[in-house]
Amino acid sequence: MIALLMRDLRLAMRAGGGFGLGLAFFLMVVVLVPLGVGPEFAVLRRIAPGVLWVGALLACLLSLDRLFALDFEDGSLELLATAPIPMEGVVAIKSLAHWLVTGLPLTLIAPVLALLMNLAPEGYVWLVVALALGTPALSVIGAFGAALTVGLKRGGLLLSLLVLPMYVPTLIFGTEVVKRGAVGMELGTPLLFLAGVTLASMALLPIAAAAAIRANLK
Amino acid sequence: MSIWEYANPKKFMQTSAWALPWVAGLAIILLLGGLIWGFFLTPDDYKQGSTVKIIYLHVPSAMMGVSAWFMMLAGSLIWLIRRHHVSALAAKAAAPVGLTFTLIGLVTGAIWGQPMWGTWWAWDPRLTSFLILALFYLGYIALWEAIEDPDTAADLTAILCIVGSVFAFLSRYAVLFWSQGLHQGASLSVVGGDQVDNVYGAPLVACIAGFVLLFLTLVLLRTRTEIRSRRIKALLARERRV
Repeated sequence: MIALLMRDLRLAMRAGGGFGLGLAFFLMVVVLVPLGVGPEFAVLRRIAPGVLWVGALLACLLSLDRLFALDFEDGSLELLATAPIPMEGVVAIKSLAHWLVTGLPLTLIAPVLALLMNLAPEGYVWLVVALALGTPALSVIGAFGAALTVGLKRGGLLLSLLVLPMYVPTLIFGTEVVKRGAVGMELGTPLLFLAGVTLASMALLPIAAAAAIRANLK
Repeated sequence: MSIWEYANPKKFMQTSAWALPWVAGLAIILLLGGLIWGFFLTPDDYKQGSTVKIIYLHVPSAMMGVSAWFMMLAGSLIWLIRRHHVSALAAKAAAPVGLTFTLIGLVTGAIWGQPMWGTWWAWDPRLTSFLILALFYLGYIALWEAIEDPDTAADLTAILCIVGSVFAFLSRYAVLFWSQGLHQGASLSVVGGDQVDNVYGAPLVACIAGFVLLFLTLVLLRTRTEIRSRRIKALLARERRV
């Protein structure tokens, strides 16, 4: 399993594009929004949590279609299916690799971009906490969507139609944490819900994704 | 005599051909009766005026919008466990019907909300979860369309349906456990007693029964179409081989 993780990470690093592209996209979204809505600080401060979360969501979505597609095309997914580790484990490891190359860097770079969005100073810690708690769910949910559409030639659009509705709870609770954190309100409830959504999807969705991959390989 | 006999497409076609006119007829009678009774023979509400009457479309269609997903869940589970093609096709057939009911629920809600709440739309948990349900229907239908191999399509959409049930469940109970937002609580309840006066309640029950039967009619009809188009495909494939 560790070998698989290392392989996926190496591929992501060396194939170029995938790793940096998501971050660049995140940056672009955050740069474009102030240009679109105007640079007033008060407005930006109010919409900052939402914009940062939506940007992270879209950046995550961007790299999803390659999660299984490359392995499906060159046949290594079939080899993995016959390997001694269960398909659920493969899905979990691949989502972990996806998180390490998208979710984690997004989380780390978010405070810098929050500066551009003029987020309230109290919000920075909670932005990082919320993204760190929420982005694993994005990767796992995305892995499920990618598993469903892996056999399709042009699955990208369908993938976003399937995955984005499932991102909604994470988005709602994630932005709520940051919003409340930024104004110093009590934020235990959305934080717990955010963690709950992540844990539930981490526990259940690899099973569903593995079933989808098996159906696709049949 | 077991319910699994209807997993045989031939048996299903025979029985549904016999049942369809009855179900459809009853649906038409109940819907016409309930709607006419509701729209013309009930008094205006003292606060809401005549807008209260949109309840006869809104509540039943919203109920069926959610229930359709649970029917699809049952069909998907039967397909995954016992691999009966009819049940997978019934789930496929129910999706556009469920989507339509969900959209009717959303649109009638907006039309009612405009004079009552002063807004067409509010980002209230109940409305939002219903909108997400509509998106799930779209994704489910699109997935069916996108995959060529029918068995793989049935497998994958069944898995999607199971995952989506979480959200269908949320929309179903959002009316009960989210007290914030604009949308009021449940109108009818078996346990807690009705929140609707009998003048309005009785036609509402007729409308709900009518919508259930309408759903049944449409699903039976569409399942029969699916089975027939499968048969045509099989015949064409056989002909090409010869």
